[in-house]
Parts: sequence; structure tokens; C-alpha cells
Amino acid sequence: MTTATPAREAATAGDVAAPAGTLRRYGRWWPAVALVALFAAPYSSLPLPGLLDGPIGSAGSLQLLALCLVFGALATGYDLLLGRTGLLSFGHALYFAAGSYATELIMVEAGLPFAVSAVLGLCCGVALAAALGSVALRVGGIAFSMVTLAFAQAGSILVERDPGGVTGGEEGRAIPADKLPSSLAGIGNTANLYWIALAYLVLTLAVVHWAVRSPTGRVWEGIKENERRVEVLGLRPYGFKLVAFVLAGALAAVGGIVHLLLTGGATPQTTTSDFTLSLLVMVVLGGSGSRWGPLVGGVLYTWADHRLGDLAGSETVSGLPSFLRVPLSQPLFLLGALFVVMVVALPGGLTRLPARLRPVLTAGQRRVAARERP
Amino acid sequence: MSTVVLLAVTGLGLGALYFLVASGLSLIFGLMDVLNFAHGALLSVGAYATWWAADGHLPGAGSGGPGFVLAVCFGTAVGTVAAMVLELALIRPLYDRPREQVLATVGVGLAVPALLSAIWGPDARPFPGPAALSGTFGLLGAHIPVNRLVLIGAAAAVLVALRLFLGGTRHGLVVRAGVEDRAMVTALGIDVRRAFTLVFAIGGAAAALGGALGGLYYGSVDPGQGTSLLIFAFVVVVMGGMGSVAGAALAAVGVGLVQQFANYYTASGLGDLAVVVLLAALLLLKPRGITGRLA
Amino acid sequence: MSTGPLLAVRDLAVVIGGRHILHGVDLDVAPSGVTALLGRNGAGKTTTVRGVLGLVPRTGSVRFLGEETVRLPTHALVRRGIGYAPEDRGVFAALTVAENLRLAERPGAGEPAYGLVHELFPELKARAKQLAGTLSGGQQQMVAIGRTLLNGNRLIIADEPTKGLAPKVVTEVAQVLERAAQAAPVLLVEQNLAMVRRLAEHCVVLADGRTAHRGPAAGLLADPEATRRLLGVGRRGTARPEEHLMAPHDNQAARPAGPAADNGKAGA
Repeated sequence: MTTATPAREAATAGDVAAPAGTLRRYGRWWPAVALVALFAAPYSSLPLPGLLDGPIGSAGSLQLLALCLVFGALATGYDLLLGRTGLLSFGHALYFAAGSYATELIMVEAGLPFAVSAVLGLCCGVALAAALGSVALRVGGIAFSMVTLAFAQAGSILVERDPGGVTGGEEGRAIPADKLPSSLAGIGNTANLYWIALAYLVLTLAVVHWAVRSPTGRVWEGIKENERRVEVLGLRPYGFKLVAFVLAGALAAVGGIVHLLLTGGATPQTTTSDFTLSLLVMVVLGGSGSRWGPLVGGVLYTWADHRLGDLAGSETVSGLPSFLRVPLSQPLFLLGALFVVMVVALPGGLTRLPARLRPVLTAGQRRVAARERP
Repeated sequence: MSTVVLLAVTGLGLGALYFLVASGLSLIFGLMDVLNFAHGALLSVGAYATWWAADGHLPGAGSGGPGFVLAVCFGTAVGTVAAMVLELALIRPLYDRPREQVLATVGVGLAVPALLSAIWGPDARPFPGPAALSGTFGLLGAHIPVNRLVLIGAAAAVLVALRLFLGGTRHGLVVRAGVEDRAMVTALGIDVRRAFTLVFAIGGAAAALGGALGGLYYGSVDPGQGTSLLIFAFVVVVMGGMGSVAGAALAAVGVGLVQQFANYYTASGLGDLAVVVLLAALLLLKPRGITGRLA
Repeated sequence: MSTGPLLAVRDLAVVIGGRHILHGVDLDVAPSGVTALLGRNGAGKTTTVRGVLGLVPRTGSVRFLGEETVRLPTHALVRRGIGYAPEDRGVFAALTVAENLRLAERPGAGEPAYGLVHELFPELKARAKQLAGTLSGGQQQMVAIGRTLLNGNRLIIADEPTKGLAPKVVTEVAQVLERAAQAAPVLLVEQNLAMVRRLAEHCVVLADGRTAHRGPAAGLLADPEATRRLLGVGRRGTARPEEHLMAPHDNQAARPAGPAADNGKAGA
């Protein structure tokens, strides 16, 4: 996997080996360190000029960070299908939106408390994923992709046409402030929402980590490599793929609920096929099939999408010559182009980049060492 | 009665637009197993190039008569070149990685509309056209916009041209054989990759022509036009059978008509919904139609 | 013209989906006559042919007419003068007989020899407008062989041309191949030892993805012990192993699905 460091390269580096070994020993704990740092972020007033608009602990920064975490987690869950089981779904947005819309509807229309609505909303998302997944998985390959796309598009059309005023059409559905528990409403409570987003990320990482190491996860890997070989072993891939689909759908539905809280409403943009495609971009950008890749991709994409959008409106950019200003004003163009470059030139995504550079760097070091030798 | 006629002609016009997108999509998929998610972007490129030329940027081109014909030719040519560049630069290096080919076209499908809206803004631009094509004519009591006929005529011409090309030329023969068994075509000593570039060029030309004439149909161009047509083109491709141009033509007419009539006589949007659900149903009922030799 | 082998294959290895199908095949095709490629089911005969042509990824050396071709794409190698009739006949079902033949023409490489093809297979002329998918197995084989004879090829590769055909048709195919071998050397993959005895001068025997035996065909077939050991026939004491039509021509194990086809079936 991407975090593994080949030992022989450290050995060739000679006296560099000792500090590298120490580094690696502590390096194993970096996820915990990162988690603590993320947890403490709302208490920090450190400014990150360029990266964030205000200090880390400010409401605006926390909101953006929380969105990054949500989409990082969503991409991680989506990669259960793409990177772990080899299923290219073009309709993952549907389950995200289902969790979001269902929770909002139940809470506002049925008047139930938020926690109950969230559980019911999650159930709706899972039921939808189970129902549509069981149908879509009857076909394989690109046909599966297109069936999922068709389902998601149907969902998107439904939401947009607003049958009976249920979905709010293009406006989406905002949560009336008085419906939420007071600790989750208002700009003063952004930190709470941020922690919820962080919890969602930890949950997703844990579930994915556990799932891919379970016996089912090993079958997924087999299906990804060669589905026929799994069949030869006497296993029915259909059931295993459905489990992956429903699990990923459930994680997406939870993400939808967190997103609902974070943005204060359900928006029709989350139902579009473009939204699923941006998930795909996140996963491939970071590195499909790796533990941290989709997370890195999701965080980077979301951050770039927002920050580049802000940047486009700023004076620094509007003063640039048009060949620079034009692409910079559309984050999606940059991200799409980067994605294409990634697909063509760097399979494995950003998280594979260090591993790919290392041989080049070591070769360079070796050449330098050889030259210095008398 | 006049409503029915208007709906029918409008449905046919829409079907013509679908056919222009779907014919290339179908050939590309049939021959190369590449589901080209960038095909909508090619349509948008054609539409914007035509609009740009007709807006007075291309000498000789304009919004009236011969100037407009020149603008449409220019738009089609730009779309053709774009499609060939796409094939040579992105699809060709990924021949042995089918999954990545699809992903690369997805990326282009996202990036190109974004680029278009970066250059010309995200809002719809009014599309110039000759006055002769903006009027209506009477048919069985209905006032039918002339541009519908232009679309239908262009699609029919493309259909005939494609049939002649596929049936009557050696390149067409290679394409038809390649749809069936690509490896055997190379084993007969034919460089099938040239056929790949060729079908991309043909598909790009048809889609760009669709974009140019779609501008007349909608009266405006916007960056997302092509992408929103793409999913309906997918329906047409799957219905008509991969690699079958005649099938695509029939399916395009069917989908266009169903959509128009259903949207008018039932709740708005139900036609679109019906067509999308039809796509899922078709794929589930005859998955062999598409997955037969597919990664 | 050189007197060396027309086609010289050395150390051909093919790995598909992480599985070694061929480990190191050595093979020469003599500049004249029929060279038979023999071996039990799953020995790697079809993979060898596909590897030579570059239809599957391969390593090793493939010299055709003295030129190293292992890096050439399939179409470029074929255009140097190879006619290939594959195991499943490779006939385009949705194309007519005439179109199937027309596809094998090589523009710029001389007039296609329709005279020869129509003389050998008058039926193909009569059925020119018929869709090839509606032909019988024997007729499809005629299309496949006809395509190899159209271009004045330097080498003809026929992969089990008699597979699944009625005995009468087998005789016809044998006659045609005999005729073809006068024009160009033939590499013949064959399970039917009667055919081999009748046509082949040289033979190469594969076992488990390696070359197990090379030599004159007659010598091998005259040695019942060697025949049994290498080809697995005559085990039950058949008096004339060479007349034994090898039973089910089930070569599924030997037929490598290309990577794309492999994924396709896995994904379906």
C-alpha cells in the first residue's frame, strides 16, 4: 500500500538510514497526531494566509474545513466501490442526497426530533441503495455504470421538478432554525458541526479500514482483480458487490445528513451527475484503492473548489492577463484538467507520487555520491 | 390536431439532435468500447465555435444566409479537430487501460464546459441565425418553427452519408468489421487505430453539427447544453444497439417523440424521467447488448 | 533468397493475467511445405500462434524473413506477408462473403488473387452476397482460408482448420491446404493426425508451454511410443494412431482470452 516504504532504499542511502528509521518509527503515529490536531483546530487562532481566509478557529474557516472533511470522507466511502471492488458507479450522489433530503423532510414535515429523523433518513438511504443496487448489479461493466447514472439522473429530475412541492425544486429545502437542537444551529456553533464532520470522517475511515480487512473485503479485492476467478472459487460475486454497494450507500447517506447540518439545508446540486463525477475526480486525484488517497483527493478538491472560486473574484486574479485569468476563474476546469493529467500520466493518484519520485531521487543521490567518491 | 403536429415535429427535431450526438457515440463505443463522456463537450465546442464565427469573429461568416452556412461549417470543423485531438492525445495512450479511457473522457467532459464558461461566461448567449430560419410555417394548422426542419434535414443527410460511408467505402468496411472483432481486423494486416481516429472525427463532426444546429433549436448556447443532452444520447445508443447507425436513428426518433408527448400530456418532466428509466430498464433486460465484449 | 527458416521463433513467452501460458517456445517454419504445430489440449499451440502475431503480449524473438518482428504491431507484421486463419475462423458474421474477402485485400500490395480463391472455392463466388454469419462451418472455413490466399502471402498460418467439420469437408480442406502449400509455406496447428500425416513434412510438438520435440513429421508419427508420449494418443493400444481422429476438440484451456475479453467476461 502507499504508506509502505521499501527498506532497501533507506539502506542504500547509507548514513541517512538512522534518522530515517527513527522518523519511520514516529511516522507510524502520524494519523493519531493528525487526528488530535484536527480535533483541536477550533481552539486555534493560527492564521494560514493563502490557505484559509481567516484564522483556523474562525467560523468561516471551520465551515470550509468541515466541508473538506465531509467530502474527504465521502470520497473514501465511494472508493469502497471504485478502488476496492472495481465498480464504477456514476450515481453515488443519489444516496448522499437521499440521506440529506429524507432527514430534512422527516424532521420538518413529520415534526420528529433531529436525531430520530437522522436515523430514519439513514434508513431511507440504505433502503434506496439496497433496492437500486440489487437491480443495477444484475449487469456488469459499463452497463452497471450507465444504470447507476440513469437512476441518479431520475432522482435528479425528480428533485428538480419538485412534485407536490416536496423537494423545493431548484431552491432546495432549508432547515428552519427552530427545528434543530440549539447546539447545532447558528454560526456560533460551527465548531460543533466541525466536530460532527470530523466524527463522520473517523467513522468512515474506521468502517472502510475494517471492511477491506474482513473476509468480505478480501473477496472484494478478488472481484476487482478477476471476477471470474471468484466465481470459480464457488462464491457468488453478486452478494459481495451488493454489500459493498449498500455499505458505501449508507456511508454516503450519513455524509448527506452531516452536509445537511453543515449547510443548513438540502440542495439539488447534490443530486446531479456532476456531483458524482466530482466524487470520481476526488478519488482518482488522491489515489483510488489506497487508504488515504480518496481522503486527500476529497480534501484537496473541496478546498481548491472553494478557494479558487474566491480567488477568481479577487483583484489579484482579475488583474492577470486573460490566458491566466480565464482558467483560474473556473476551478472545475483546473480540476478536470488535473484529473485528466492524473489519469493519463500518474495512475495511482497523488498519494503514489512520493513512491514514484523516490527511485528518481535515490538515483540522483547515488549519482551525487558516486561523483563525490574519489 | 395542430398541437399534435407541433409536438410531433418538435419531437422529430429533438430526435434529430439526439441522433447527431448518438450516431458518433454509438460508432465509437461499438468500435473501441469507449463510452465517450466527452461527447457532450464536443457538441458544446461545435455550438460555441459556430456562435463565435456567426457573431462576426470569422471573416465572411455571419448570421445571415451564406455567412451562417460558413459559420456552421467552421463549427463542425472545430468539433472534428477537437475530437481527433481527444483521440490522439488521450484515448490512444490508454488503449490497454479501458477503465482509464472512460475516466479521461469524464475529465474532459467536466473541464471543457468549465473552460467555455470561463471564457464566455456561464450564462446562455443568444444564438444568431438567418432570419429565414427563425420564422414558422404552417402545416396542418400548426405553426412550426423552420429550424426544426433544418435539424431534421441535417440529421437525415448525416444518416445517409454515414450509411454510404459504412456500406460503400473501405474505411467503412474496416469500421463495421472492427465493431465485430477488432483483433481479427489487425490480424488481416489493417491498422485499426486509424479507424479509431476516423470514427472519433466522424463522431465529433456529427456532434459539433448537432451543436451548431442545436443553437438554432434552443435559440441560445450555454456551456452545459451538450452534457445535458448526453444522457439522452446514451439512451438512444443503448436502445439502438452499439455500433448501429440505423438503430441509433430509429431510437433517436422514438426517444424524441416520447419525451415531447409525455412532457406535454402528463406532468412536465415526466417524459425525461420516463426516458431515463427506460435506459435502466433496457440495460437490465438486455445487458448483452452492451456488455458483450466490454471491460 | 536465404536458406534459413522463413519464421524463426526463439524463447517465446506469454503471460496473461499473471499466468505463464508459454515459458519458452522455439519454432522454425521451413521455407517450403507444411510445418505442423502439435501438442495436447492446453499445450499452448493457439497461444503460440497468437504470440507470434502479437495478438497477445509476448517476449522473446520472432524473426520473419530474417527480420526481428517482436516489437512490431500485429498489422505491420501481417503486412510483411502472413495470412492467418484463426482457430474460431475469425469470420465477420455481419459482413457478406465478398466483404470478408475484400477486407483481406491489401491496397498497394499487388492485385488480389480472386482467380485462385474462386477456383478453389467456387461456392464463395456463388454466395458472395450472403452474410458470412449464415454460412455453415465448412463454408466459413473456406472464407477464412480464402482470405489467406488472396495476397500472395509468404507464410500461411492455419489454426485447426478442420476443427468441428464433417469428415467430407475435412478432406476438402486438406486438398486446399495442399494446394496452398505449393504457393507458400504453411504453419498448421492440427489435432487430426491423419491431416498431419498427409500434409506435414516437419513438426514441432509443444508440451506445457514449451517446445518438447522438433523434427520430421513422418519420423514422429512412425514412432507409436513417441506419439503416445508427446501427443497422448494411442494410449489404449490403437493399432494406427495416425488414423485416430482426436476426440473432442475442446481447446478452451489453451485459448487465451485477451486482457480486454478477460475483463469483459469478468465484468459481465
